Amino acid sequence: MYNFVVGTILRRPEAGAALSLILVVLFFVLFGGVDIANMLGAASWVNFAANLGIVAIPVGLLMIAGELDISIGAMIPAGSMTISILSGHYELPILVGMAGALGLGVIVGLINGLLTVRTSVPSLIITLATLVAMQGIVLSASVLLTGKASVPLAAPEWTKAIFGQLIGGSYQIIILWWLAFVVVAWAVVHHSRFGNWLFAMGGDKESARNPGIPTTKMAIWLFILSAVSASFVGMCGAILFNSAQVSGGMNYIFNAIVSVVVGGVLLTGGFGSIIGIFFGTLTFAVVNQGIYFTDIDRNWSSLIIGVMLLLAVLMNNSFRNLAMTYSPRKPAVKAAVTNPSKA
Amino acid sequence: MTEPVLELRDVNKSFGPIDVLHDINLTVKAGEVLCLLGDNGAGKSTLIKTLAGVHKPTSGQMFMDGKAVTFDKPKDAADRGIATVHQFGGTFPLMTIGRSFFVGVEPTRKIGPFKVFDRKTANETAVKAVQEFGITRIDDGDRLIGGLSGGERQSLAIARAVHFGARVLILDEPTAALGVKQASHVLRIVLEAKKRGIAVIFITHQVTHAMAVGDHFAVLIRGAVAANFMRGEKSREEITDLMAGGEALADLDTAMEGYMETHEGHPPQPASRATVA
Ligand SMILES: Nc1ncnc2c1ncn2[C@@H]1O[C@H](COP(=O)(O)OP(=O)(O)OP(=O)(O)O)[C@@H](O)[C@H]1O
Ligand SMILES: [Mg+2]
Repeated sequence: MYNFVVGTILRRPEAGAALSLILVVLFFVLFGGVDIANMLGAASWVNFAANLGIVAIPVGLLMIAGELDISIGAMIPAGSMTISILSGHYELPILVGMAGALGLGVIVGLINGLLTVRTSVPSLIITLATLVAMQGIVLSASVLLTGKASVPLAAPEWTKAIFGQLIGGSYQIIILWWLAFVVVAWAVVHHSRFGNWLFAMGGDKESARNPGIPTTKMAIWLFILSAVSASFVGMCGAILFNSAQVSGGMNYIFNAIVSVVVGGVLLTGGFGSIIGIFFGTLTFAVVNQGIYFTDIDRNWSSLIIGVMLLLAVLMNNSFRNLAMTYSPRKPAVKAAVTNPSKA
Repeated sequence: MTEPVLELRDVNKSFGPIDVLHDINLTVKAGEVLCLLGDNGAGKSTLIKTLAGVHKPTSGQMFMDGKAVTFDKPKDAADRGIATVHQFGGTFPLMTIGRSFFVGVEPTRKIGPFKVFDRKTANETAVKAVQEFGITRIDDGDRLIGGLSGGERQSLAIARAVHFGARVLILDEPTAALGVKQASHVLRIVLEAKKRGIAVIFITHQVTHAMAVGDHFAVLIRGAVAANFMRGEKSREEITDLMAGGEALADLDTAMEGYMETHEGHPPQPASRATVA
């Protein structure tokens, strides 16, 4: 029975990510001399995870649907610059600035989506183009309009309370936004018809379209969600830190993709889970920020991330094969053979 | 006699300058298995794609229950009960049986104001549908399609089509990649579908499989119907000949005979031909 339960858990898309998280924390505790309570209670990695997680979810959804969006790297600074230019530099009401930031996300997402469904160019290339183009636009617009590469923003109290507050002095309120996003995405992806369409679309677009699934509409909406999420993260950052920077955001591309892949989403689409992406993001954040709590030199963190990525992908691969070959007749045998804890 | 479920009259299909189908006239009746035979490139797949609404005929008409129909997209054909099952059956290897069975028509139940995917109903219905076809090894709707055998996948896809009210079931080489045992499972399911009054169009390259289930045979040669006959009207050898290209093979026979006569019974030597070329 024990083996059966273990086998069932291992077959889930998030198994690899959950194991990675445990392994990374164990590694830090055993070899990094980390005080676990101290590290887990720290705000730094949770803040990091929340900002990353809000972008990682739509990136993961797109990947499940068989697409990729790397323009998020430009949309984060674009969101923060837009609100700061509108409401900081031009002193327009904050709602105008927010609408501008999120509206820009809608426009860029729409462009990405329309280009992807109308052409046969891979979305990686299309969003690479919009990434570079948006970088140029943000840079020149801020220099032309404000003459600076950093624009101050003084958001009103209520806006700060909702989007840019530090809870308990160090926990960014965006953590709550992230958790809410995870719950909503989980409900939609795994418990609604839309979720089923998403997996079908990523599995085989043609076969999904035949029974009437609106694959083009879905792709466009997913690109919009992704660009808006990125500009939302940028917007919250500007509200919290009272200023916007033109640079920054490029790391998010790499970080989000690693989180999603560690989280068990199949790069070629059709397979993955929100819980997996959640764990993948946590794992990435623990490695990236938790390293400061260890005796390990910070420069090693990239190596750890590389090794972890490889391990997680290998684990995800074997768990997926396990799920494929699973036969209900002899679950105990299967689970025992492939149970790594016995090996 | 019953009216044909599906009828094609003088259907032509060209892709630009390439004529693929010529004046196809065919009928399928309910509870009948029509075996579509023909060499590679004869136009079988193009014909069934036209029936399934993937291609539009360049000219000619299709009738369902005697009424003219046109399909602008595959969904139009599907809505009229024309279901196509492709060679590898389930197209979503990483989805569960229950989820893939209901792609696009997911059952839901209400939780408060939300409509939630009803996994239990989906799994139970899918498993029940496929078990009714005699595949009792499938008993867990949470299994992934990719973990099923080729024959099980075909069976599941056929059971699915029947469950959703298919009247015409199109099978494009369903037994091509299967071993003897698996293929016989699929053939049994074809007969089961036929017993339920479904018109089945069955494409195969294997005479044995065609002979086992076919009521009606049509041979396509270079896009035209070269032979159209009922079960028992032609012998196994004649069918084999037709499937291997029909007249082409007969031509080859006479050519060979002529050659052997003029060359004192020696078959042509491949080496000598190679030097000429
Ligand atoms: N979209 C297309 N555009 C141009 N030519 C096509 C197209 N589809 C098919 N053809 C041509 O039509 C002919 C018939 O192809 P089809 O796939 O229907 O043959 P088939 O009988 O199914 O062969 P097989 O037994 O190999 O599956 C081929 O010569 C093919 O090259
Ligand atoms: Mg074919």
